[in-house]
Amino acid sequence: MNTSTPLLETRALKVSIAGKPVCDALDLKLAAGERLAILGRNGAGKTTLLTTLAGLRAPASGELLLAGQTYAALGPRQSARCRGWLAQQREDAFGSTALETALTGRHPHLGRWHWESADDADIARQALAAVGLQGFEARDVLTLSGGERQRLAVATLLAQAPQLYLLDEPIAHLDLNHQIALLELFASAAQDGVAVAMSLHDPGLALRFADRALLLHGDGRAEEGPVAAMLTAERLSALYQHPLLAANIDGRSCFIPR
Amino acid sequence: MPTRRRAVLILAVLAGLALLSIALALSVGSIHVPLNEVFATLFASGSDGMSGDVVRSLRLPRALGGFACGALLALAGALLQVLLRNPLADPYVLGISGGAGVGAMFAILFGLSVSGVNGLAFVGALAAMLLVFGLAHGDGGWTQTRLLLTGVIVAAGCGAVVALTLSVAPEHKLHGMLFWLMGDLAQGGDPLLPLAALALVLAVALPFARELNLLARGADTAQTLGVAVGRLRAGVYLVASLATAIVVTYAGSIGFIGLIVPHLVRLALGNDQRLLLPAAALAGGSLLVIADTLARTVVAPQQLPVGVLTALIGVPVFLYLLARAPLARR
Repeated sequence: MNTSTPLLETRALKVSIAGKPVCDALDLKLAAGERLAILGRNGAGKTTLLTTLAGLRAPASGELLLAGQTYAALGPRQSARCRGWLAQQREDAFGSTALETALTGRHPHLGRWHWESADDADIARQALAAVGLQGFEARDVLTLSGGERQRLAVATLLAQAPQLYLLDEPIAHLDLNHQIALLELFASAAQDGVAVAMSLHDPGLALRFADRALLLHGDGRAEEGPVAAMLTAERLSALYQHPLLAANIDGRSCFIPR
Repeated sequence: MPTRRRAVLILAVLAGLALLSIALALSVGSIHVPLNEVFATLFASGSDGMSGDVVRSLRLPRALGGFACGALLALAGALLQVLLRNPLADPYVLGISGGAGVGAMFAILFGLSVSGVNGLAFVGALAAMLLVFGLAHGDGGWTQTRLLLTGVIVAAGCGAVVALTLSVAPEHKLHGMLFWLMGDLAQGGDPLLPLAALALVLAVALPFARELNLLARGADTAQTLGVAVGRLRAGVYLVASLATAIVVTYAGSIGFIGLIVPHLVRLALGNDQRLLLPAAALAGGSLLVIADTLARTVVAPQQLPVGVLTALIGVPVFLYLLARAPLARR
């Protein structure tokens, strides 16, 4: 794999859901080390776009390349070693311990007849510790709170260790301290060479924890660029169709609805 | 999560239990054959007398056939619970036993032979399976809910046809029909067919056990972790349906095993399909052999329908494990 090949590339990607356009002709390149924030109103198609990028639904037209190759060419297993996906919702039909759940992330790294080794268990434990769930190994997932379950899903993703993280509302259900801890976790992962694309609701956090922003207007228009240019009060007011005030406190930006 | 070593140990214990249940089935009955004689008739050539005949040509095929059927039902139930991500799923939820029941009722009504009944039951099961799959597939993307609803509706329709047949059937055929519906191992033929099916289902399902673990956690999650979800789902549906069709053809619709054995094993050993599938097969087979042995001995010379016994044994064991489960969950 050439290092100059972007981890994620779309060419004239058209995505729509229920006849409603999400993006008409999206050209996007995401290289190692980059973090992209996806913003838009409810129903603008953030989740639809992310599931398309994750290979879970087919685009209406256009090309989607993962490290230079299509999903079809990579196959499910190779794709799973390249990109990881954090779903917005989780439903557990059956009970299972937190450690077992985190260990499922190791699946694409194991052969058909291999069982998880001690190394895999170590990786899963470290992943649990990374999201502040040390000591939760034996807990049943059905007894976890919403925020704990969300962090466990992130731990599973860390155990999967993909190069590209596609995160659908990664900080939903989380307390403020865990929100920042999680975004810092992905910031340091990006420094180590992974790429991150995530949908966020807070433009202030997007400005602080992403390099680039993709604004989905909900009518097929999509704007993409560096966060400083994209996340201005003017653009965001248009995006959310509500006037916003930009404020700067101690060097941190935040946006307040008027 | 069980280690491979622990899994092998547990399976060895369960295999011992299975052998014990079969030995019991060979020994107990209207003619009591002590265990040492059972082994003599099985392994020493040229053994003689009536007890040898009873063990070899009556009890052994019935015990082996029963074991294979119980194992197949438990496997089909475990697979469908994963496929539908629904703990209440059992082998009959998708209408396969209903279809087989319609076929068998018609065959009995028109006075066909045993092989005719079996043949029509299998045809009915396959027809129901294709019907449900075709209807649920619809526009290409089938969801668990759609599959489940289609199956339940087809099963309900089959149930109505069965009830209709029962209501118009002459008196002297009712007993046979009712026994067929409740499940009965006495009607079974050569146990080789269900035994071969059992070997085949295990050989096909076990290599995909870890993928099934992921599928149980949700299709999208499984897909992004590297599972070819579409193919796996179709394969699971096909394997579970065929296993059920074979059992229903061989022994009628024996209830309960396919629902309760996967749960028993899950409560006792956890939800790792690599251990759960073979353990459920061994436990399901043993339970059916024990239930059948009781069914033909408790009110001998009369025989009870084995499906009634599986429920009577299974319910208290299940309730006990359910009450105990929160402690085991840590």
